[in-house]
Amino acid sequence: MNINLTLIAQAVAFAILIWFTVKYVWPPLLNAIETRQKEIADGLAAASEGRSALEVAAKKSEITLNEAKQKASEIIGQAEKRATQIVEEAKGNAKEEGERILASAKAEIDQELNRAKEGLRAQVSSLAVAGAEKILRKEIDAKAHSDMLAKLAAEL
Amino acid sequence: MATEHAEKALTPTEYIQHHLTFNAQGVKGNTDLQGFWTLHVDTFATSVVLGLVVMLLIWLVARKAQSGVPTKAQAFVELVFGFIDDQVKNIFHGNRHAFIAPAALTVFMWVLVMNAMDFLPVDWVAGAASLIGGPHTNWRPVPTSDVNTTFALALSVWILMIFFAIKVKGLGGWIHEIFCSPFGSPSFKAPKSIGGAIGLLASPLLFLANFAFNMIEYISKPLSHSLRLFGNMYAGEVIFMLIGMLAASSIVGAAAGAIMGAGWAIFHILIVALQAFIFMMMTVVYLSMAHESH
Repeated sequence: MNINLTLIAQAVAFAILIWFTVKYVWPPLLNAIETRQKEIADGLAAASEGRSALEVAAKKSEITLNEAKQKASEIIGQAEKRATQIVEEAKGNAKEEGERILASAKAEIDQELNRAKEGLRAQVSSLAVAGAEKILRKEIDAKAHSDMLAKLAAEL
Repeated sequence: MATEHAEKALTPTEYIQHHLTFNAQGVKGNTDLQGFWTLHVDTFATSVVLGLVVMLLIWLVARKAQSGVPTKAQAFVELVFGFIDDQVKNIFHGNRHAFIAPAALTVFMWVLVMNAMDFLPVDWVAGAASLIGGPHTNWRPVPTSDVNTTFALALSVWILMIFFAIKVKGLGGWIHEIFCSPFGSPSFKAPKSIGGAIGLLASPLLFLANFAFNMIEYISKPLSHSLRLFGNMYAGEVIFMLIGMLAASSIVGAAAGAIMGAGWAIFHILIVALQAFIFMMMTVVYLSMAHESH
């Protein structure tokens, strides 16, 4: 158990080993481990962030979908209303048109009737005159009684 | 191997002595291999080679350390790193990465591999030494069973301890602590009674008590630090030799020696790792105590 130069030599070796570890061994290991720890922490944070973002997006999409559905039904409702309106309008128009046609037909009929009446009237008067002439050929003066007959024809 | 020695009619004392003699070389014309100017070549060479090998191996892994998926070698080194870092973190509450944690890693790995030399069969080492260096070449394989190694480590830690104490508290603060803790410093207020006056006169004794206490602490720390490791490793080596001698005695002795040698070697795995761990922990404790002021 004698203390000698070996002690100094060992102490120097020890100092060099410690210096080497402090300078070259520890820092890269520490750096790698701390970087990995940070990466893992960041990854976990990003994952939870993504999860919450997904939830928000799902909620948003649901809301949008509901809005779209509502709008679609609104549009359908409007379209139906408009269709009914158009049908009603068309019905109205058709009725009007029909009435108009009917009225013009009636007017035409009236006109024809009047024309026929006029014709008939003229024919009746001339027929009456001719009949009367035939009956009364001898005794009745056509000229004297034509005024009276014209009056009669006007009363028809 | 022990039988070889028996053939040469080596007495048990000579056998033990042969295994416990250092390969000492004189320096500066020292020929009697006594006194300070002697170098234990076996201790020095073994420890330096082991220290370089283990730290370079770790360095080779650390150099390419990446934050991504680690290789198996890196995972192993990180396991050691994490183990040391956790231990230091629990004891030292400063910036451990600057010095104390890497120093603890060095101490642990180096002492561990030096202790692990104990697993080499003592007679194989002696046989290899006599093959290479001729007969009667001594070579002790376990550097930590040389008190020079353990004292070198303990005294280095001791110097670091004082260095950090002065660095943290300042030279004045350190000297103040040596004289004024742990028992406190006297107060020099005007006494109000006779008892107070006696107390005031006696109070400088507190400086003496504090100083004596601190000196005992400063002396006992490196002693207990180094001798614990030395004692364990030296005793382990001696027991291996005794088992070797038993094995050389007869066929029955050889069988018993084989069983006992295996048993002791297995138990020694625990001692080797445990002593390296204790030495590392005490290093960390001493250095962190130096950072704390009383």
